[in-house]
Formats: sequence, C-alpha cells, structure tokens
Amino acid sequence: MTVSRFRNILYIVVAIVSLAGLADAGYLTVQALTGETAACGGSPDCFRVLGSSYAKVARVPVAAFGLLAYFSVFSFATFAAFGYARARLFLTLTVGAMFLATLWFLYVQAFVLHAYCRYCLFSAAIIFLLAGLVIALPPSQDASDA
Amino acid sequence: MKRYLPFIIVAVVAIATLGSGAMLYRAKVPHPLTIPEDKSLSGKGDAESMHIRGNANAPVTLEEFGDFQCPPCGSIAGFLDELVKEYDPHLRIVFRNYPLENHQHARDAALAAEAAGLQGRFWEMHDVLYREQAIWSKADNPRELFDSYAGMIGLNLDQFKKDMEGGKARARVDSDRERADSLGVQMTPTVFINDHEIGPTDKTPDGLRAAINAALKEKS
Repeated sequence: MTVSRFRNILYIVVAIVSLAGLADAGYLTVQALTGETAACGGSPDCFRVLGSSYAKVARVPVAAFGLLAYFSVFSFATFAAFGYARARLFLTLTVGAMFLATLWFLYVQAFVLHAYCRYCLFSAAIIFLLAGLVIALPPSQDASDA
Repeated sequence: MKRYLPFIIVAVVAIATLGSGAMLYRAKVPHPLTIPEDKSLSGKGDAESMHIRGNANAPVTLEEFGDFQCPPCGSIAGFLDELVKEYDPHLRIVFRNYPLENHQHARDAALAAEAAGLQGRFWEMHDVLYREQAIWSKADNPRELFDSYAGMIGLNLDQFKKDMEGGKARARVDSDRERADSLGVQMTPTVFINDHEIGPTDKTPDGLRAAINAALKEKS
C-alpha cells in the first residue's frame, strides 16, 4: 500500500468517525432547542452538565458549535481525501481546536460541575479518536491544491 | 465528475443532517398539556388538600409539579415566590410533589416537606429544601439534614420524625403523584397556569409573567 493510499484511507475513516460526532452533537442541539435540558426527567448528571451555564455561549447551545465543528471536520476530511491540500490544513486546525475545547469541557465536568453527561463523554471519545487519526496521518509530499 | 464528487457528498450530508434534525425536533418538541375541567383547580379554594402560597381565592392559579432534588425546580422556586408577592392578590401557587425515581433522595425530601406541612410549615420546609438542595442531594443520609432543617424552622422534632414515617405524608405524596400521572406529567418542573401548561423555554420570570398577564386578561 502506498503512503498516499494509506493517507486517503485515514481521511475516509476521519470522515466516517466525524459522522458519529455529528449525530451526537445534533441530538444534543435538538435537546437544547426543545428545552429538554431545562427540565428533569432523564439523567440528573446530564441535566447538571447540559443545564449549566457552561452549556451555552451567548445563549447559543455549545452543542450547536459542536455540530458545526463536526460538519467542518467531515467536509475537510472529504475534500482532503479528494486531494485538496488546504483542506488538510483546515482539518488539522479544526481537530486541534476541538481537542482543546474537549479538554476544557472535561475539566468543567470533573472539577466544576462534578457530574458527567454520557453524550459529552461520547463526544470527547470521538474527538480523542479524531485527534489520534490526524496525528497518524503521514506528512503530505504534495503541497499543491487539487 | 470526480471534481464535483466531494461537493456532492458534503451537500448530501448537510441535507441529511438538517432533515433528520428537523424530524427529531418535531418529534421531541413538547405538546403542552391542558388540565381537563373536572380536574381543574381554578376557582377552588380548598386549602385543606393543597399547599397554596398567596391568596387562596386568586383568579390565577399556578400549579407546579416539582421535585426537591431537581435543579431547575430549585431555580424557579426562587422567582415563583417573588411573583406571588408581585401579583398579590391575583396569583396563587399550588405545589405538587413529583419525586422522580432517578433522584435518590427526592421522595424522602417530599415526605419531609409533607411532614412539615402536617405542622403547618410546608412552605418553610419547601424553601429550605430548595435552598440547601446542593448539600442534602449529595449526602449519604439526608434524613439527618432534614431533621436539622425541621429544628431550624421550629418544628416539633419527634412529631416530624414520626410523620416522616407515617401514612399521612406518604398518602399526600402519592396522591400528588397520581394527579400528575393522570394529567400526563412526565418531567419537572411542570407548570400550569389556569390549567394550561407552560412551555419549557417559558419557565423564566419573563415567560411566566407573560403567561400570568394573559391569564389575568382572560379573567377580566
């Protein structure tokens, strides 16, 4: 298997994994928009996380930013698989930013809220996996755009 | 064709995401409940069988189904008291117990409130339980804390302990729960204003004010 083929396979894996994150973030966004996170009925720990002030930025649910971020990862990985060199750079930057945001949200859950929401932990696991895949990508020899 | 393929794939995923999100939203968006006439509290000033805050004969009734261990119930408890004062004598609040099963100490807290109610101090215990929610919710033995709250609000402690174990408090909690189930209540806090459920995003001071004003207008 050539390096370039291996790289393309990894981009496809990144795109597929990001779809799982897209579904998770989409579900949480809908929950926030319907007001479900402003009531008790499901997991109390999830409420503590999703109903907290940390779950919104300027009244916008953090999950909506997650949705946008996962969609960007999917798009960049798809374009990268088709040879778009700039998409590789954007993919690395986006996954890096998501990784840092995930570290912050894990800190908030563990040390500020003392509660974990399983949907957030699932998202964190996906981002760690995406970060691992991006690190595993062999460096590109071709710097030109397709 | 290959040149356009990534654009097509990304567009298909975008459309699928928006479409499934819209379907999920439609499925999840709550349909407000309405209390049928035979179960309505409007116009009934029966103070014996319900916990009322405010004027017992007020034209607007805000009925809350709450769980003492639920953080959003704690959040709205603070401003509900302010609304009663603000709208006095036009608004009364009726509290119903709806302890959720996944809240470990919620039923004991409801029993503590009802036991305090048997000594005429329901609202005092209600307020302390919400104020101290973060503490007793995580305690291994919250009953010790409930006893200390009972002492704090001036209850006869022996009687309080007896009532916590007794049938009267339990019957009241169960009857509130039965009413909630018969109305289709599933989460807390569920708030009705003159028999119409308030949507989840309207359970804010401004949202409730708007609903109370509308109910007052309807009555006048």
